[in-house]
Amino acid sequence: MDLAFTPEEQKFAADVRAFVKANLPADVRDKVKNGKHLGRDDYMRWQQALGKKGWLVYTWPKKYGGPGFTPAERYIFENICAEEYAPGIIPFGTKMVGPVIYTFGSDEQKAKYLPAIRESTVWWCQGYSEPGSGSDLASLRTKAEKDGDHYIVNGSKTWNTMGHWADWIFCLVRTDSRTKPQEGISFLLIDMKTPGITVKPIIMMDGGHEVNEVFFDNVKVPLANLVGKENEGWTCAKFLLANERLGIAAVPQSKRGVEALKEIARAEQDNGRPLIENQGFAEKIADLEIQVTALEYTELRVLSQMAHGGQPGPEVSGLKIRGSEIQQRITELTMEAIGEYSAPYLPGLLWHGTNEAPVGPDYAHLAAPRYFNTRKTTIYGGSNEIQKGIISKMVLGL
Amino acid sequence: MDLSLSDEQKQLQDAAERFVRDKYTFENRRKIVATEKGFLPENWAQMAELGWLGMSFSEADGGYGGGPIETMIVMEQFGKGLVLEPFLPTVVLGGGMIASAGTAAQKEAQLAPMIEGKKQLAFAWLERQSRYNLADVSLKATKEGNGWSLSGHKGVVYNAPSADTVIVLARTSGGAREEKGLTLFLVDGKAKGLTRRDYPTQDALRASELTFDKVSVDTDAVLGTVDTAFPTVEEAVDRAIVALCAEATGCMDAINAATLEYIKTRKQFGVPIGKFQVLQHRMVDCFTNAQEARSMTLMASLKIDDKDAIVRRKAASRAKVQIGKSGKFCGQSAVQMHGGMGVTDELAVSHYFKRLTMIDLMFGNQQHHLTRYSAPCWTPSRSWRSPPSGPSATKWPARPSR
Repeated sequence: MDLAFTPEEQKFAADVRAFVKANLPADVRDKVKNGKHLGRDDYMRWQQALGKKGWLVYTWPKKYGGPGFTPAERYIFENICAEEYAPGIIPFGTKMVGPVIYTFGSDEQKAKYLPAIRESTVWWCQGYSEPGSGSDLASLRTKAEKDGDHYIVNGSKTWNTMGHWADWIFCLVRTDSRTKPQEGISFLLIDMKTPGITVKPIIMMDGGHEVNEVFFDNVKVPLANLVGKENEGWTCAKFLLANERLGIAAVPQSKRGVEALKEIARAEQDNGRPLIENQGFAEKIADLEIQVTALEYTELRVLSQMAHGGQPGPEVSGLKIRGSEIQQRITELTMEAIGEYSAPYLPGLLWHGTNEAPVGPDYAHLAAPRYFNTRKTTIYGGSNEIQKGIISKMVLGL
Repeated sequence: MDLSLSDEQKQLQDAAERFVRDKYTFENRRKIVATEKGFLPENWAQMAELGWLGMSFSEADGGYGGGPIETMIVMEQFGKGLVLEPFLPTVVLGGGMIASAGTAAQKEAQLAPMIEGKKQLAFAWLERQSRYNLADVSLKATKEGNGWSLSGHKGVVYNAPSADTVIVLARTSGGAREEKGLTLFLVDGKAKGLTRRDYPTQDALRASELTFDKVSVDTDAVLGTVDTAFPTVEEAVDRAIVALCAEATGCMDAINAATLEYIKTRKQFGVPIGKFQVLQHRMVDCFTNAQEARSMTLMASLKIDDKDAIVRRKAASRAKVQIGKSGKFCGQSAVQMHGGMGVTDELAVSHYFKRLTMIDLMFGNQQHHLTRYSAPCWTPSRSWRSPPSGPSATKWPARPSR
């Protein structure tokens, strides 16, 4: 047992850092560092740079064009990217539909879709939730009916993240409504340019446009776009969700968030002294740091088990729950550190990168919108209550 | 980086698991609690034979060259069985301090027989007023002829009733709570002028109040050097904290397993109570808490050997905060989910709960270690690895500057 990195791992870390420094566009880095919102092009430039290096799909096995990182390399890669203020990799292609395609897809599908995911030339989005199907995902009603060599898709999907930037969407659709809900679902790939698709923004409580509702009105989808077998899409859906769990803990981002919080607590004043010297507040930060460490070492234990051929144990299911709670706590304490200067709402500065002068310190206007926005983390990807239900059933056997 | 156990470590884990399974059924433990010593000398002899009493010491000191991971492995299993043999006071604390500060002669006289299972130790540091401040020591040692004379009081000294040698933290100079001026003495458990009031603790261990009335010792009873014992004590206590954390993770595993079994079988309203969502989610939280406790124990076990005292202190304190929090959550939840049965003496649950409760109080509870850990977080993050300047930085516990 050894925490220290081997000389090879140290060299790898140096390579990753050098690569990020050389290839992360300076303007993108600044935006991430200062908490600004990123555009489609910002993400694409960075992801394409990673794609050229072969690191964008860093969780993929070599067989499908991934780098085949060891768990230690994966840990190093994720941490250094976060430390260097690289934007998070958009997961819809790389961590969601990509693995579904290489696991369940045909050779034609692998050849057609995987290269564009590896190189980030196509933007994917997710069509899972529906207005009537949230936590009870299997009750979904968006219908796909066979018509010659096509499906005709009708219905709507919601909480569709960044679909307004997407080229393709992967969807769970109902192909049989006569059996048990889970048994009549199929996994379809749909080109967003297909006639009959409408994307309608949903504005979130921080004023941002991040998610959409997507409507399908007699949308023609080739039968060739079905992944896996018809009516067996629930298998793909569950696989995708399990795959998503690891990494959703966002440990490197939370470590960065705690450091930023400490910087702010040093800059903010409290009775003429830096806020960080307030014992009560210092203990809140300390408690948060301890939570992050516990999460980090739990993730490391899971990765280590996997490196030795083990399957992720019960630990992995808890990662999403604790990771999301920690992300929320960081935003909550950051807002608390800033106090009343969290109040001014400056949408121009926040969303459009205008030159509007900040009110108070530069970081102040971001805190409350972040706090509001981050309430989503305990809800998305299966709410934490649903996660607890999964653990209690699958792990504890209750 | 590799967080997996070596083959030898896995064998050690298996052996410790087997020991607990064979010797520490709930009924067996009850019988051991009721014996005069409160543990079984034959179990102690077996631990010596298995090499556990010497495994964490260097080969030069007569040990087997293991370290904190080996200690973690056995302590976790001891936690699962609520093992009563005095491993922590004798091996981790007493043996640890002799190994780090002792002379060759002292190691020969104390450590070698300890490793063979022939000598037991206790560490007397706490006094009525000390709370969690290791430097709040007023028991006085004064020069007397060729040696020293010790007078004063020590409290809640675990394993004192069975200890052949008591390691006593005494003030040889300086004022109240000063770190400088502390000295460790090796005192014979039957020394003249040393009186004991023995009692059991809440969690069925044995401890004593010790009164020292002009207890004379020779100069060679000084462990380490005069007036400078504090760093030795602080390091040994940090190690003991990490060992306790491992014991607590074992307790949590056991108490969670018992609770899970109980809510699967106990029926109310015509169904097992584990069918109720409110209990399911609480049970999930128990398991998550135990996982976090295990992660923090591993983190601290990996960092406790760090040469940088700040890294070591922070690792121990972070782990102790987690253990305090998780132990309380698992313990209280287990009792609650067992309902009336949870508050009886009849089931193992209450016994694990009591041990977890006492572990939180030992060497600083959750709040204490949160305060100790948060103090260095005031310094700029860049300089975390170098010692902060000023005398307050070396204080244990670290205290707020205002």
